[in-house]
Amino acid sequence: MTRATDDRLLPDDLPQAWRSGLAAQLQPGEAVQVWLQTDLDDRLHFATNLLVLTDRRLLACAGEQWRCWPLATGQHFQHHDHAGVGTLALHDSERRLATWRYTLALNTEALRLADQHTRQVERLAHPDHVVEDEDGLCPRCKAPLPPDDDECPLCERSTPRPPSTWALLRLWRFARPYRGRLLAGFLLTLASTAANLVPPYLTIPLMDKVLIPHQTGTPITVEAVWPYLAGLLGAALVAWALGWARTYILARVSERIGADLRTTTFNHLMGQSLEYFGGKRTGDLMARIGAETDRINVFLSLHLLDFATDVLMLFMTAVVLFSINPWLALVTLLPLPVIAWMIHTVRDRLRTGFEKVDRIWGEVTNVLADTIPGIRVVKAFAQEKRESARFAAANRRNLETNDRVNRVWSLFGPTVTLLTEVGLLFVWGFGIWQVGRDHITVGVLTAFIAYISRFYLRLDSMSRIVSVTQKAAAGAKRIFDILDHGSSVPEPARPVHLARVEGRIELRGVAFRYGNRAVLRGVDLDIAPGEFIGLVGHSGSGKSTLVNLINRFYDVSGGSIRIDGTDIRALPVAEYRRHIGLVLQEPFLFFGTIADNIAYGKPEATRAEIIAAARAAHAHEFILRLPHGYDSMVGERGQTLSGGERQRISIARALLIDPRILILDEATSSVDTATEKEIQRALDNLVEGRTTLAIAHRLSTLRKADRLVVLDRGQIVEVGPHDALMAREGHYYRLYMAQQRLAEADAAEGALP
Amino acid sequence: MKISLERDAHGLLVLIDAAGQRHAGVQPVRAFPLSAPGEGVALMSADGHELAWFDALDALDATSRALLDEELSRREFMPRIRSIAGVSSFSTPCDWDIVTDRGATRFTLRSEDDIRRLDGARLLITDSHGIHYEVADMKALDRPSRRILDRFL
Ligand SMILES: Nc1ncnc2c1ncn2[C@@H]1O[C@H](COP(=O)(O)OP(=O)(O)O)[C@@H](O)[C@H]1O
Ligand SMILES: [Mg+2]
Repeated sequence: MTRATDDRLLPDDLPQAWRSGLAAQLQPGEAVQVWLQTDLDDRLHFATNLLVLTDRRLLACAGEQWRCWPLATGQHFQHHDHAGVGTLALHDSERRLATWRYTLALNTEALRLADQHTRQVERLAHPDHVVEDEDGLCPRCKAPLPPDDDECPLCERSTPRPPSTWALLRLWRFARPYRGRLLAGFLLTLASTAANLVPPYLTIPLMDKVLIPHQTGTPITVEAVWPYLAGLLGAALVAWALGWARTYILARVSERIGADLRTTTFNHLMGQSLEYFGGKRTGDLMARIGAETDRINVFLSLHLLDFATDVLMLFMTAVVLFSINPWLALVTLLPLPVIAWMIHTVRDRLRTGFEKVDRIWGEVTNVLADTIPGIRVVKAFAQEKRESARFAAANRRNLETNDRVNRVWSLFGPTVTLLTEVGLLFVWGFGIWQVGRDHITVGVLTAFIAYISRFYLRLDSMSRIVSVTQKAAAGAKRIFDILDHGSSVPEPARPVHLARVEGRIELRGVAFRYGNRAVLRGVDLDIAPGEFIGLVGHSGSGKSTLVNLINRFYDVSGGSIRIDGTDIRALPVAEYRRHIGLVLQEPFLFFGTIADNIAYGKPEATRAEIIAAARAAHAHEFILRLPHGYDSMVGERGQTLSGGERQRISIARALLIDPRILILDEATSSVDTATEKEIQRALDNLVEGRTTLAIAHRLSTLRKADRLVVLDRGQIVEVGPHDALMAREGHYYRLYMAQQRLAEADAAEGALP
Repeated sequence: MKISLERDAHGLLVLIDAAGQRHAGVQPVRAFPLSAPGEGVALMSADGHELAWFDALDALDATSRALLDEELSRREFMPRIRSIAGVSSFSTPCDWDIVTDRGATRFTLRSEDDIRRLDGARLLITDSHGIHYEVADMKALDRPSRRILDRFL
């Protein structure tokens, strides 16, 4: 057999390093089906090993060692993962044959290999039985793949790369809409800077034509003086007018850019999935959107303007200086390279320092955002002192970091001043020497001194801006961190619009993990339109997670969820959620009136609709008993209402949008039995004619369910109506009996005198 | 009779409890894997119930102890970062090339929030696939690594 034949049988994408080794192992005519390059060895050290499934064998290479297992009936893979490490174990009916380990990045490939292996072994056992190849399907979600494409459009997740351009320059995106006004502002800056340069120029003739001749005996005449003085006044007035116009225009523009930035960031944040918010601290996000947009704003409106003026001024002054006397001008510019070098060395340290300051500022806000909403717990456990200490510690870290930045910074400013002073000294010295040798007049020297004190002043303030600029750059980076973060529940590229939703829900092999923790595995379920499904199981079995997936708060990590046959990832998120009414265990009321809260999902609802919804939710009467009826304000967390009342408002909220699909996650768990009855009646109105998924801790609440689905540790273990499940005496039976016993014990206790 | 452990042909850990009953597929779990890995190890049954608890591992005989240690070392994957060779960018998400006690690798850091400060100078970095990397002592890293790390803290 020649090498050429071997190579043809190898998959094209197999890395070069394996090709010759594998080719030597293959038997004549043996074809590689799937291969997996694992990244861990058996001791969990990073190492690349290979596992290959051919049409007749499994081959594995670890180090230089090749091993093989001919396919046989009874041979199977077991797969599990823990702490980010996946394990594939090959077993036959007697024992474990081998294990492979890999990081979860390779999970899909590993599962694909295991699936393919299962199918091939099945074919061995039943050669006439047709086992369908899943070639045209996405290995992850089993959705049909587009022809000639290996990448599933639904599962495909490109990790966003950070754009490496300078954060401040990226602000241009927000400045673009205002470029006309920005240009006007710039031209005004140019003009006003030029006007500012006129007065020192007038000192030359004032000196040389008026003052010096006076000293040598020529009397001063009004006619000789007044044009110069008028010129000085005029220049000042023009500079004032231009400066006013420029500041006004540019400040307005930058204020608008800042506002746009803030709104855009907030909008972007609203588009993020729950996963994003789960991983972020509230205080930090608040600090970014609040303080940092403001800092950028101030930078744009004040400092950037000053900076632009300074640069212009420097440039124009330099031109004027050179035109008067090149040699003197050269001396004037002496400190410039030193300052430029200093700015260069100090800039990076400042920026990273300020980034750090910002992050720690986020920590300070985090303590606030933690403590204030949790104030009842803090007080109940008398931990005020400890929270104070936590705040003080965060604050101290803030101080320390600031101190560190300031150490660099405090040296920088005075050094620049010193350099300019020294520069001035040089100019005086060199100037006097030149005057002494009659190369220049006293007037020229005076004008020079007038110019360069401005020049150095500018240089000084410009170098101060280094710090502000770096602060703004740090802020901009943190803002763009938010803006660059794509949603993990992305909008579909080619959205499908459902005109009408029947409410059929299909779950196909749904798997989900929070980070490296698998919470749901292989969940298959078909829910018919209008069906009432009760979801039961121990706490932590994944019930809420499942409804979160149906709601698309998260996207599945494997498998798919379809509504009326369409994958929910193909629907625009907001459009899809409009069909779902959600009632949670802990209803959240926004600050506003009760009517606003009920109409939250449908702001255009009429008053009559609101009242109808409230009536159906059995909330109408208690609302009327409140002092302002439907106009009563409910506090930040609806604190003036009891749990049951808040719950009924959230039921009314769900009723009002008239959803096709209704999800109740422990909607009655946090209230007493009497209130539960009341809420239950409200819910009975709600589930009428809708596809309903209800999670309830008290199983008696689900008596009306068409089918009960029992979840246990992330898998469906039983499905069926109450009576059938009781007859099976399985999971559900045990759950039910346990509750029954508890209820009886409670009743017995209550009956005691 | 004291409890003991063995491994069956399928590679499962089997617990033989004081009553002589065999439980296959038990898994050892540390109660405080980060703050006190030496204290408190539980043996959980395959369906997630606690079968045995050890305040310290000394209570076991040598073979069981060895099996337990082996199983723990297979389950616990937390590479310790020795040095940071480089990062693709200082803003997240970015790729880190690192050398760990388990060899060199590369991972993706999703956001700065995924770096968790433990007590002292200890850090826990979670990558985009949920793998935890430990920095035992940030101050003990070499200077270039420290400088890179510092940009994210
Ligand atoms: N945001 C989250 N991050 C990490 N783990 C989570 C998160 N939410 C829930 N879990 C875990 O997922 C499992 C299932 O949770 P959940 O679906 O809320 O259970 P149930 O609603 O059935 O009580 C639990 O073990 C829980 O700890
Ligand atoms: Mg729940």
